[in-house]
Amino acid sequence: MTAPVARPARLAAGFLPEVALVAVLLALPFALPYFGGTFDLANRILDWGLFGLGFDLLFGFTGLLSFGQAAFFGAGGFVASYLLIAPVTDNAVVALAAGTVAAAAFGVVVGYLSLRRAGIYFAMLTLAFGEMFFFLDISPLARWTGGENGLAGVPEPSLGFGIFRIDITDPSGVYWLLVVIFVVGFWLARRIIGSPFGAVLRAIRENAARAAAVGHDVPKYKLTVFVIAAAYAGLAGGLLGLLQGYMPPDAFYLDTSGQLVVQTVIGGAGTLVGPLIGAVVWLDLYTVLQNFAGIGALWKMILGIIFVLLVTVFRHGLCGAAVVLWRRLMAQSLPESGPAVATVEPPRVAAEPRRSSRRPPPAGPVVLATRNLTKRYGGLTAVDDVSFELRQGEIRAVIGPNGAGKSTFFNMLANVIPPSAGVIEFKGDDITGLGATLVCQRGISKSFQINQIFPSLTVRDNLRIPVLARAHGKFHPAMLRAVNRDATVNAGIEAAAASVQLVERLDTPAAELAYGEKRRLEIGLALATRPQVLLLDEPTAGMSPVERVDTVRLLKSIAAGVTIVIVEHDMDVVFGLADRITVLFNGRKIAEDAPDAIQANPDVRAAYLGSQTAHELA
Amino acid sequence: MFNGLTLGALLVLVAMGLTIIFGALGVVNFAHGALYALGAYAGLVAYEYTGSFAAAMAAGAAFLLAVGIVIERGLIRLYYERPAEDQILATFGVAIVLVEGLRAIFGGLARNIPAPSWAAGIVNLRVTLYPTYRIDVLAIVGVSLVALYFILYRTRLGLIVRAGIEDQLMVNILGINVTRTFLTVFGLGAMAAGFAGVINAPIVTVSPDMGADVLVQSFVVIVIGGVGSFWGAVVGGLIAGEILSLVAMIEPAYSQVALFATMALVLILRPQGLFGVEGRQ
Repeated sequence: MTAPVARPARLAAGFLPEVALVAVLLALPFALPYFGGTFDLANRILDWGLFGLGFDLLFGFTGLLSFGQAAFFGAGGFVASYLLIAPVTDNAVVALAAGTVAAAAFGVVVGYLSLRRAGIYFAMLTLAFGEMFFFLDISPLARWTGGENGLAGVPEPSLGFGIFRIDITDPSGVYWLLVVIFVVGFWLARRIIGSPFGAVLRAIRENAARAAAVGHDVPKYKLTVFVIAAAYAGLAGGLLGLLQGYMPPDAFYLDTSGQLVVQTVIGGAGTLVGPLIGAVVWLDLYTVLQNFAGIGALWKMILGIIFVLLVTVFRHGLCGAAVVLWRRLMAQSLPESGPAVATVEPPRVAAEPRRSSRRPPPAGPVVLATRNLTKRYGGLTAVDDVSFELRQGEIRAVIGPNGAGKSTFFNMLANVIPPSAGVIEFKGDDITGLGATLVCQRGISKSFQINQIFPSLTVRDNLRIPVLARAHGKFHPAMLRAVNRDATVNAGIEAAAASVQLVERLDTPAAELAYGEKRRLEIGLALATRPQVLLLDEPTAGMSPVERVDTVRLLKSIAAGVTIVIVEHDMDVVFGLADRITVLFNGRKIAEDAPDAIQANPDVRAAYLGSQTAHELA
Repeated sequence: MFNGLTLGALLVLVAMGLTIIFGALGVVNFAHGALYALGAYAGLVAYEYTGSFAAAMAAGAAFLLAVGIVIERGLIRLYYERPAEDQILATFGVAIVLVEGLRAIFGGLARNIPAPSWAAGIVNLRVTLYPTYRIDVLAIVGVSLVALYFILYRTRLGLIVRAGIEDQLMVNILGINVTRTFLTVFGLGAMAAGFAGVINAPIVTVSPDMGADVLVQSFVVIVIGGVGSFWGAVVGGLIAGEILSLVAMIEPAYSQVALFATMALVLILRPQGLFGVEGRQ
């Protein structure tokens, strides 16, 4: 919390986008006559903009490309219109709310089915289910929806009850109603984006598998945002019926979903105002091009060409292009501010002499254990009957020649892949088959051999994701709280950054980090969940010798209070860190002992040194 | 029953194009429906000039092979390294441009190619009377599928495509000239769609929007059968065709809905599709 004096200023700054938006929307009616616009056109644009707010949350921020939003637009529209025509209610607010709820309910069903598959399947499935709604609308439900004729005679909206009743009778009245709804919808969407919930959504867009691995229930987050997008679509659909006085069946068309996608991408996905800008382009281009004989009929083809060009060159649409241009202008005016952070390097300490600080043999209680753990791939047994016990506070290395089954064993420990047989126990509980998310929530976290970070988020926002999972559990619908308000979360981020020496880089996008820094961030992501057991998969992979020494030192500093299992090829790292070493060979455990004993073990020498040069173990 | 077979066979052909493009290139071609429509129009033009249905089929296939090559060279190539969402958006944009181009040139009105004279008339199948052309369609599609099967399972190209379906990265690593393979596959896929467009033209009407339903239905076929699977596309297509026509006989209003309901059922019971491999995204 800042000092109370600063609050009004911050409050105003916090609402800047809304204030700017309201100013533009207030000024628009006075500007309309000058370029031949009508309230009707402005109303359509606002309605599509509102539809797009939800879609942008889904696609721009979460990365879920849906081609079926027409289903919810139509569903909300027909429910609201039917209620007003029947008439079940004469209050537009009630009808709109009912339409929104209905669309959200359909969103739950379609989302549940479509989200069973990710990526390209999701786009195909939403498209297919969107078409299903269209076919439902035109025949089986034609009694209520008017089939291919749609629902005509939607009454002019009236709001409120009794003496507070307001009747809206002309397009300008509808305009002000839309302005109010759009601004509130925009504010709400922006709050969602700026909340912890929104932070997780962006992490899912960047790397869904990692978001799950640090302990977030990714499917539930996806379904929630899908339902939110459906609700926005339903509300926009209801308003379409009101502003036209007619609910057309083409609301359900595939073209409607397509138009939404095109508008959002042209305007700029991930900007919230992008869809509105896109709607301006779409609807204005149509109106303007009609004035040119010969081109009028080609307007949609021209739009298609613009769309393909934008996708190819300016992936973030007109708003994205504007931001790039703005940054370039700013960069020119401030040539001095070069990358000053590049020189910041943590002070280096000479490598500690090996085994000088050897800790006493671990004697704590067993935290993680496997019994007869086995993984078969067809005829190949990658891990064969491995039983293993890890004591609290221990640093355990798992080594073995290539193909010994280390990675498979490791991935089973983290529940990334299920075992064919055997049991994994964490503090006495059977955790076999829980999945990476739940296992992480219990206190086992894994860093990956190949960096799995959130590239376009800053280091701070990267570390926020595991800290949130730790603070809020696997799912938390904190949508309206500002993301940086939670002092414990902020402290958690700072602490995690400090432990992997990335404090100076907190506001740098992860993609711009040097390789060694990315590697430290990778470890930091696992560490920031505050695990009781930390699984490190080749933490020094790809590092220079100097960076390796630094990393060993870093891991030693982390080791206080954390139990660590490390898979590593670099024997300097292994013997510099481990209290005990487990040796796997051909999927079987052939030895498990203190480093000195392992070095002297003839079986290990035979199995291991047979395939590698001797000096690596020396 | 036979209607379902004919419709199913056509869906198999379209979905096969989609599935080999996805399998080899990793790109879901949202322009596939537009290519199908383009094929039908190419056939229409050739038919109007020559009066020969055989010429129409050849023109549809050849023109779409060329169009496929141009699209791959000009656009799709830029997208191999980009996220799946961008690929979908780009091909979706191509679909808009193609469909609107057709509308601009030929107008929005539905046109028709009559069934060829050698296939006019009706055959008595003992159980039912049936248009000869639809039986010929079955034969034509059957032959095309056998040809595709041989290309996919008996040639070097097919080996690469199938290997790409299994593990695309590995194929690249092995130093196979993937750019040429990609070009051929995209051309072949487009050709299959265009060919299907021509042979379906006498059964349905030709209009710029004719591809939309086919695109959606072939997505359903792929989801039911499993992406990247030859037999998945075959079985999925036949199932889809039968559902559409059998339900239409009982209650036409529900035929499309029944198709999507089947897809939902497959998603719940077997998300990777009937012939899909577990774990592949």
